[in-house]
Amino acid sequence: MMKKELGLFLLLAVISAITGAINPAFLSFVNLLNMANLIGLFGVFALGEGLVIITGGIDLSLGSMFALLGVVFIDLLTTYQVPWPFALLLVLMGGLALGGIQGFLITRLKMQPFIVTLCGLLIYRGAARYYTSDSTRGFGYGDEASTLSNIASGNVAGIPNTFIFLIILAVILGVLLHRSVYGRWLYAVGKNEEAARFSGIRTNLVIATAYVISGGLAGVSTVLFVFYTNSVSPSSFGNFYELYAIAAAVLGGCSLRGGEGSILGIVLGTALLQVLQNLVNILGIPNSLNFAVMGTVILIGVLADQQLQARRRRKAALAGLARTAPKSKEPTIRQSASPHGAAALPTSAGDQA
Amino acid sequence: MAETLLELSGISKTYPGVRALDDVNLRICRGEVLGLIGENGAGKSTLMRVLAGVIAPSAGVIRIGGTEHARMTVNEATLAGIAFVHQELNLFENLDVAANVFIGREKLAGGPLKLVDNAEMRARVTPLLERLGADFTPSTLVDNLSIAERQMVEIAKALSIDARVIIMDEPTSSLTISETERLLEVIADLKAHGISVIYISHRLGEIMSCADRVVVLRDGRTVGELARNELSHAAMIRLMIGRDLKALYTPPAHAPQPGGCDIAGVVTTAFPDRQIDLSVRRGEILGLAGLVGAGRTSLARAVFGIDPLLGGEIRIDNAPVGVASPRDAIRQGIYLVPEDRKKSGLVLELPIRENVTLASLLDYARMWLVNGTAERKIAKDQARRLSIKAPSIDIEAVTLSGGNQQKVVLGKWLSMQPRVMFFDEPTRGIDVGAKSEIYALMRSLADQGVAIVMISSDMEEVIGVSDRVAVMHEGSVSGVLERDQFSEYNVLRLAVGQTLETMEAAAS
Repeated sequence: MMKKELGLFLLLAVISAITGAINPAFLSFVNLLNMANLIGLFGVFALGEGLVIITGGIDLSLGSMFALLGVVFIDLLTTYQVPWPFALLLVLMGGLALGGIQGFLITRLKMQPFIVTLCGLLIYRGAARYYTSDSTRGFGYGDEASTLSNIASGNVAGIPNTFIFLIILAVILGVLLHRSVYGRWLYAVGKNEEAARFSGIRTNLVIATAYVISGGLAGVSTVLFVFYTNSVSPSSFGNFYELYAIAAAVLGGCSLRGGEGSILGIVLGTALLQVLQNLVNILGIPNSLNFAVMGTVILIGVLADQQLQARRRRKAALAGLARTAPKSKEPTIRQSASPHGAAALPTSAGDQA
Repeated sequence: MAETLLELSGISKTYPGVRALDDVNLRICRGEVLGLIGENGAGKSTLMRVLAGVIAPSAGVIRIGGTEHARMTVNEATLAGIAFVHQELNLFENLDVAANVFIGREKLAGGPLKLVDNAEMRARVTPLLERLGADFTPSTLVDNLSIAERQMVEIAKALSIDARVIIMDEPTSSLTISETERLLEVIADLKAHGISVIYISHRLGEIMSCADRVVVLRDGRTVGELARNELSHAAMIRLMIGRDLKALYTPPAHAPQPGGCDIAGVVTTAFPDRQIDLSVRRGEILGLAGLVGAGRTSLARAVFGIDPLLGGEIRIDNAPVGVASPRDAIRQGIYLVPEDRKKSGLVLELPIRENVTLASLLDYARMWLVNGTAERKIAKDQARRLSIKAPSIDIEAVTLSGGNQQKVVLGKWLSMQPRVMFFDEPTRGIDVGAKSEIYALMRSLADQGVAIVMISSDMEEVIGVSDRVAVMHEGSVSGVLERDQFSEYNVLRLAVGQTLETMEAAAS
């Protein structure tokens, strides 16, 4: 189970070592801290995306959610002078609510996750732009939320708080996913929703909860990003960010078919993506190739993983064959004893033919 | 005698460990309706698959118009004029009638693009539909057609390839009475045009009214042939049964206790116009027999909360219980071992351990965190108790044999407190050794006071394992047999829709 994560970690280490060897600036303290900050920022919502992907769904609305929640958040703090704890709470609740609505549409009204969250992507972005008349919102000269700003964009002993948040959230979600009953249900639902339902699991609730968690983490990410950029331009804030999350989750071992993936994998996937972006800059590769490099690495990574899995499965099948081989004579001997039992089989065997 | 169109001789088909067809001979003449009957699993469908070229026989010869084939391909079968009207209709619902009729043989318009010529295809389908008396047009979307109309599309497809033999596998299983009559008229018309029909059905009445000749299969062998003037229900049933049944029966340790599960006036979505009344006492195994599609699985799904109950009531120990979802049913101690264990019973990619605790995980958790030690203990206990053969409880269920997979499903339920258990085809696709283990388990559960309903299409199992047998026919219970009334004959009579009264009248 941990093989995937180990492989990913080695890949990360090798790429870092090579880049560091070519240009030692990559491994400089400043650059590492900068990367840690970005990994923190992009990792938080990738965790939520990962949970959704494990249910077999997808959440395309995250980037637009950042824009909508972001302009509302800034407005609450500046225009309405709402105390920051309330503004923070409202934004988190907003994220949870949007996730809840999407979860409801997907599980209760049986709509496809892709469509629901694609519409979310369009609607939230449109709402954010209309709400602000397409103008950028930022903090004024006052220090509306300097406490929160310090928490969100500060550091502890040099380590960016965003990175610390990511580690804390990853630990909490790691326990939730890998140690709790809910996590077990999530994997079961992702792998075989029908069998989960036949075992009395409330599959709709389990799936909807994943979207709610993803929405809540989007709320957290919104606040972190707002204090990272200090302003929100509603038409571009968070554009494509959901794709970073999906890429990180897939790179980290989540299957879009559901039922697979781990928190550690998602964190490592996010880290790898940020390292790649950084490497493009550090090695002087034209910045325009940024996305192309990312796409190529994901493609190769997923392909390699599939090949390895197929090989492992072949080995397991061979081992299974060796185990059952001595028994293969049994049924023929007993066949005359139970003519009907024998005759009951071929229909299913025929289906495979 | 009319000209012989095709002949199958000495056809055998063996799967590893199983002989599905054993030296079967079948001949069909021009313009003849051949009835093909036999119990569930007698080999009818396998035989027809051989004829249609879907599967290759292990031995034997197929003779068509003077040429001999050791096996057929689907193309050869089509060229020879053999058409299959499938049990589960094989149509594309998103395409129109004409496109379905010409699927894979689309008429193309000229020109460099070779576009599909819809007008031409529709023009060709129109006369076929007229001939079948269909009242829909070639441009109707198949999605909008009823089952009976879809069947007409299949038959039109057969006519469009100039079929000489049309195989119909249980064509009337989802038709209303008037639709069935319409189909029988169409068959008579096909016959008048010199087209032969192989008509597979459990409905002996239909066979009586349309077949010129009936061939009976049993356990993969041809066991008899009846000419038109020899046809009678009794004669057909006599040939279908008549096999030595092994003694499987273990009597219960004590007489059935009071209480149990009562199903009163239950209406399921499969048969919204029928009511089901059934009761099973604690400590007994009630066999639930019937032909495929008689509504047995729908009943189990409804009682387990998968499908909605349209009416009626379920009582356990005389107290009504609500089963709006599987979760409710499980809370009441009603468990279902489903028909398709790979799809509904197990999460194949999860280890044995996680499958065993899937339904009861909260019992092995504190504050929602799984207690790994308790979980391993219960999984190990179940693996030992059910003698699940696996190197460890951490290996994925997908690697197990059918019998061991079924035991994992059982382990999931037995780690809790069952009161009523439904087993839907519990031993399908399971080897003989594991079968008897599962029978023994069911008996020991019954002896512990669980009420057990065993849905089975395996006659040997129904008669050999049950304490009583209820037989379903078209969505309701047509009769309940006590052990002294058990016989294949009685079960089959009830399964084809006759009542106990008519049976007694026939007997006296």
